[in-house]
Amino acid sequence: MKLEVLGTGCAKCKTLFENVQKALASAGKEAELVKVEDIATIMKYGVMSTPALVKDGKVLFSGRLATPDEIAGML
Amino acid sequence: MFKQFADYLTFSLMGLVPGSRVGEALNFFIYDTLKIFFLLIVMIYLIGLVRVSLPVERVRAYLAGKHRLVGYFLGSVFGAITPFCSCSSIPVFLGFISAGIPVGMTMAFLLTSPLINEIAVILLLSLVGWKITLLYILIGLGVGIIGGLFLDAIKAERLLQGFARKVYEEGQHAHLETVEKKRITMMDRHHFAKRELAEVFGRIWIWVIIGVGVGAGLHGFVPDTWFETHLGAGQWWSVPVATLIGIPLYSNATAVIPVMESLIVKGLPLGTTLAFCMSTVAASIPEFVMLKQVMQWRLLAIVFVMLLTAFTVVGWALNAFS
Repeated sequence: MKLEVLGTGCAKCKTLFENVQKALASAGKEAELVKVEDIATIMKYGVMSTPALVKDGKVLFSGRLATPDEIAGML
Repeated sequence: MFKQFADYLTFSLMGLVPGSRVGEALNFFIYDTLKIFFLLIVMIYLIGLVRVSLPVERVRAYLAGKHRLVGYFLGSVFGAITPFCSCSSIPVFLGFISAGIPVGMTMAFLLTSPLINEIAVILLLSLVGWKITLLYILIGLGVGIIGGLFLDAIKAERLLQGFARKVYEEGQHAHLETVEKKRITMMDRHHFAKRELAEVFGRIWIWVIIGVGVGAGLHGFVPDTWFETHLGAGQWWSVPVATLIGIPLYSNATAVIPVMESLIVKGLPLGTTLAFCMSTVAASIPEFVMLKQVMQWRLLAIVFVMLLTAFTVVGWALNAFS
């Protein structure tokens, strides 16, 4: 599974990245996790409000944060 | 209720003398902070319940293909009511122009957004009354609309960065797929509003304290007629100076509005005060550095000068008529 955190580098995006890490750790799952800051790539997903979480090329949510528990539930 | 509590805390518990500088400043600080916190918590939650159905994607679908004149107005209004964090400015900008929305209309949205939002309106209503609130909203919308019109009139899209111009040109033929409507239950609304409350409040509480703190300082330590004497409406230069001072003071509406209240109370003319506050909120250097990713320097400079001119003219007009 490949996870991408989309964000232009604001505080919320960093928090989301950390929450995804926590979610993976608590669920005991392995995934390739990357942070995407490049605006062109973000645009390709059609995301306008950051931060956003993408799983295997599919946008799970955008424009908000999510708690580690919530993220674990989605994975 | 808040007044009694603030009086009790400062004058009874801490034993400060009513009428003394420190006493009055602290009393004012506690009263204002409590009142604002209370209002914010209630209102952010209530607005969150409604706002769950207005994501920025739907605004874009709505604006695309709107007649220009209507579009500037709506762009401005949506900028005021749509939630988005300033770090999303660039994705929103590109998202809008990729849907064929003109640069000016997009900028109307982006310019109004920091100036008018629910937090600014709540603070204004509770601190300076409905008349100045209404004036503030009208000016904010006006600056967005006229700024947008102007940018399209000078064909601002020529001055975008290369890749952004390409996005814009491709956008002229874009067909947007319609945004599907999801059913939203009351429970969804509650969760959204709760999350929004935690997030927004967590971000702005410190700004409220800073803003009210500076306001309280002015309240307690600046003599009542100081501004009137030194920066009254007669001194025409005070408006552009206030606008210029506002630029490096990067702040948001949350922190500025409590300061604004104190400035007005201390006799700073309304036009000068509004010019100062709006330039602090709308013309910020970090925001412009961000826009540099999609705009050439020349366009940035034009937007900048445009905002400063607008705020100065509005300030003069208000001082002349009030």
